[in-house]
Amino acid sequence: MNKDMKILVVDDFSTMRRIIKNLLRDLGFTNADEADDGNTALPMLKTGKYDFLVTDWNMPGMTGIDLLKTVRADDDLKTLPVLMVTAEAKRDQIVAAAQAGVNGYVVKPFTAAVLKEKIEKIFERIDA
Amino acid sequence: MTESTQTQDINSLASDAEGFEDVLRAQTSKLKTLVDDGDISAALDVISQLNQTRDKTLYVEVGRLTRSLYESMRNFQIDCGDPESREALSTIEDASDRLAYVVDMTSKAANKTMDLVEETMPYASEMKSEAKQLKSEWDRLRRKEMSPEEFRSLATRLDGFLEKLSHDSDKVYENLSSILLAQDFQDLTGQVINRVTGLVKEVEENLVSLVRMAGKVDQITGTVHEISSLDEDNIKGEGPQMNTEKRDDVVSGQDDVDDLLSSLGF
Repeated sequence: MNKDMKILVVDDFSTMRRIIKNLLRDLGFTNADEADDGNTALPMLKTGKYDFLVTDWNMPGMTGIDLLKTVRADDDLKTLPVLMVTAEAKRDQIVAAAQAGVNGYVVKPFTAAVLKEKIEKIFERIDA
Repeated sequence: MTESTQTQDINSLASDAEGFEDVLRAQTSKLKTLVDDGDISAALDVISQLNQTRDKTLYVEVGRLTRSLYESMRNFQIDCGDPESREALSTIEDASDRLAYVVDMTSKAANKTMDLVEETMPYASEMKSEAKQLKSEWDRLRRKEMSPEEFRSLATRLDGFLEKLSHDSDKVYENLSSILLAQDFQDLTGQVINRVTGLVKEVEENLVSLVRMAGKVDQITGTVHEISSLDEDNIKGEGPQMNTEKRDDVVSGQDDVDDLLSSLGF
């Protein structure tokens, strides 16, 4: 796993973005940017050559699930690994995210260990 | 008994929706007897009386409904006449402001806490790395692998470390107690949220009683509402789910999510 990879963290709450960026930094990932919803994230993803997307689900503007679907439908972005970090915990939602092509799903509140494990699992599978 | 006193009698009986039903029931048998006896003119009189009673009851119920509506609005200080003053007076507007205050307070506390944690973390990692290096030097000394010059340098370093440790741990302690104090928002936001919850309950009670009154109007006019079931989007984001342990459609934690995903082939 490349620790210099470029990560985009999308959440409408700045405190949650800050927490996730802090945890990522503790895991050795220092190259992370932020966006506050799908509409802000999408143009960044299209021009920014990101290696990994971490997104919330429930956001004003474009939601995380719509962002995921848009990413998967875009020829340049469709292989981008996406980790959902969200308070949404309905089974239907998790199934919908899986069907939309999410690479990992973390429910809030979460621990640093869970985030680490899911990120490692995603890149293990990709690198394999 | 004269015609007019009989009408009055019926009207005074039917002051509300239930009264109207009683009158309707009482007059039906009379109407049937009159029709059976062929006294059509008297039967038509009864029908017209019933109509009048129905109209009067309807006015009373609509009047009550309107009055309750105005009262509810006044209770929540929603001024329907003047949109300028509405913003300043409305209880709902006030509740929104209060909740915005909660968001603001919790956000400030979270950021303050994170500022302090970020400030404190380097102290911890410096202490750890310096202690680790000193330990390996100390081990060398104990194994008698150290020259007198090296020992002098170690002693100076140890001196500096202990001094720094005492200063840094003061700083860490200070930051930790500031973090503790930054949690004081809980008390204030808790009070605000409890007040808003009380208001929401009150609004709900008022709405329910308004609907009940409107139901009486429907009863008199014979209106039947077709209530289409709300088409709920089952995957629409709704924020944290409550009472997850009592719900089957919600996972109870990360382990559940992992199980679900692995059953889907993840």
